[in-house]
Amino acid sequence: MKLELGNIIIHDIQFGNVSKVEKGIIYINKDELGALLSEDENIKSVSFEIARPGERIRILPVKDVIEPRIKVSGRGGIFPGMMAKVDTVGTGRTNVLKGAAVVTAGKIVGFQEGIIDMSGPGAEYTPFSKLNNLVVICEPVPGLAQHAHEKAVRLAGLKAAAYLGNLGKDIDADEVEIFETPSLKEGILKYPELPRVAYVQMLQTQGLLHDTYVYGVDMKQSLTTILYPTELMDGAVVSGNCVSACDKNTTYHHLNNPVVRDLYAKHGKELNFTGVIITNENVYLADKERSSDWSAKLAELLGVDGVIISQEGFGNPDTDLIMNCKKIEAKGIKTVIITDEYAGRDGASQSLADADASADAVVTGGNANMLIKLPPMEKVIGHIEAADVIAGGFDGSLKSDGSIEVELQVITGATNELGFNRLSAR
Amino acid sequence: MEKLRAVHYINQFFAQIGGEEKADHKPEAREGFVGPGMAFNAEFSGKAEIVGTVICGDSYFNENLEMATKEVLAMIKSFKPDLVIAGPAFNAGRYGMACGTVASAVKKELGIPAITGMYIENPGADSFKKEVYIIETKNSAAGMRDAVKAMVPFALKLAAGEKIGASAEEGYIPNGIRVNFFEKKRGSERAVEMLLAKLSGKPFTTEFPMPDFDRVEPNPAVKDVSKATIALVTSGGIVPKGNPDHIESSSASKYGKYDIDGIFDLTDATYETAHGGYDPVYANQDADRVLPVDILREFEKEGKIGKLHRYYYTTTGNGTAVASAKAFAEKIGKELAADGVDAVILTST
Repeated sequence: MKLELGNIIIHDIQFGNVSKVEKGIIYINKDELGALLSEDENIKSVSFEIARPGERIRILPVKDVIEPRIKVSGRGGIFPGMMAKVDTVGTGRTNVLKGAAVVTAGKIVGFQEGIIDMSGPGAEYTPFSKLNNLVVICEPVPGLAQHAHEKAVRLAGLKAAAYLGNLGKDIDADEVEIFETPSLKEGILKYPELPRVAYVQMLQTQGLLHDTYVYGVDMKQSLTTILYPTELMDGAVVSGNCVSACDKNTTYHHLNNPVVRDLYAKHGKELNFTGVIITNENVYLADKERSSDWSAKLAELLGVDGVIISQEGFGNPDTDLIMNCKKIEAKGIKTVIITDEYAGRDGASQSLADADASADAVVTGGNANMLIKLPPMEKVIGHIEAADVIAGGFDGSLKSDGSIEVELQVITGATNELGFNRLSAR
Repeated sequence: MEKLRAVHYINQFFAQIGGEEKADHKPEAREGFVGPGMAFNAEFSGKAEIVGTVICGDSYFNENLEMATKEVLAMIKSFKPDLVIAGPAFNAGRYGMACGTVASAVKKELGIPAITGMYIENPGADSFKKEVYIIETKNSAAGMRDAVKAMVPFALKLAAGEKIGASAEEGYIPNGIRVNFFEKKRGSERAVEMLLAKLSGKPFTTEFPMPDFDRVEPNPAVKDVSKATIALVTSGGIVPKGNPDHIESSSASKYGKYDIDGIFDLTDATYETAHGGYDPVYANQDADRVLPVDILREFEKEGKIGKLHRYYYTTTGNGTAVASAKAFAEKIGKELAADGVDAVILTST
């Protein structure tokens, strides 16, 4: 399977009369996009804000971050099973509005979302401070149940991203990248000397605001399965979760999965990247056993020598991580796991909720309990009072001057377990 | 800035007094630097100066631990140092123990910044890595130059009260305190490189060595549940509506203790969850799903259990440090035992 990504470099987003992309600037007709998102009967009103790198803006609570993309050629459309009809994606040509994102914000449940600071110390910890963001704030109709509310905001974000992506359909790309994965048989014949490597991606599937969707399927209802890496680049996997936002994968992360990118960088040279095994992180023990059994079985079936396993979340999923690692190592397949840590504010506590001697190669995204002071911002998009009760905040987090003292875990993407960032700990 | 006063602790060998035959050399203080102190002084390049050196034989120190520590400490104190450097001891075991003891005593008893240096397999490293910063060195004195180059800037930083970074950045032996820092490469790239090293049998260093886990053996079964007082304890965050004690939704710093005398059912009007780590909808609809008060009341009525304890204890397990959880459990356990509770049902989520 072969996919071409055409990157259109975006320097700015502005509101305008006509929605278009011109000379690296996205112009958005607010009314048109607002009308499109308001078609959902569960959404009472929609408003938009723009947040650019370096601006003194704080966005909270953040639900998802989505990169605008559009299929130019090849089967299917972006976000198959969600926005486009179900069809296998990952081939042909996809255009990307690089440097831009849609950020959905708004309160869904009591205390469950993330922060993006566009400048200051907090900005260093989130990759999204470097993007030109269109922030979409959706207010639900009164009395909307939380699961329906989550879905409405999730779809609104995807819809807005697809709308923006569509503006890049006929624009010349500034750079083109090509990614190709051969079939198993072709790969073995082509690279007989190279070690065969797969990527085991664990997806968060613990319920409301902890779910992930694959081709529209709620991943907690799926068995462990296999994807071509390029399917991820066309939105085969979509985020439905953001709680303890530091180590949850936004849709942006899935589209730009760094493990996939870095394995492709060595593909055909130092290793043979065979594919992606996606598995869930359900809460029931039987599900954990079944899913990790299948991860190990599929890794064996692919005939790989090694895998990288990435986790999503912490605590309960630590057990899934260790099960996957242990069972895959037991097949004689070498593993490296990517996780993050909850070592306490002083860094002195045990970092993971589970451990095994076979997990001898670990990459960490840092200690999420670390305290950080976020100075006041000129503008807050969303609900500042959420700071006291979001995961990672505590009573008194929000100071009278508008600054907040919180754990790193509130910052969207700060300790990402796909290895998206440089943050680590020792 | 004024020059910092440094004191150097070394053994009889590095003081050129002698080898094993002189290992019983008693503590001795000399003005200025001795032996490897010269290299330290040069590397300090005017920011600090070794004003005195304290020397002690390795056998004497280890065989007279308490007295030797006292003597050495008094000598160090007499120089009025701002900073103390012990060793480096490389792979010399007894020297390593002496350096670790001296540096940690200086830090604890004199309140003066102190560091040492050792090879990672030196028994002194394992014994003292949590007490003082131990800069990792090679396994023999051939590594002196590198050791001095690593120890001096770190010692100056420590003495200046600057923020100390992660072990990987600063070069000290990991001390169990996890410190965040920015790596040069992103995590995924480090993972790919680590996997390629692992696949080809080349050395690699894990970023998080697996800890030894506490495994708690379950208590023997309660002989007669129909006579037992049973308490409910949960990490599922069930609190009286409004979360009166503001228990955090993640990384809890406290637990709550609530009276359930006369309460037969938890309803959406009276109880909710403070937990931020799971779908709260079902717990908020009916908190008995996490904290089964209703069922235990029925069992109490039917005589299946003796009685339900008057108080329940609750916290959020979400992202809560194991050390905090342990501290909560110790207090809760003591109270439950003192209240005559026979058994506890622990519910999680």
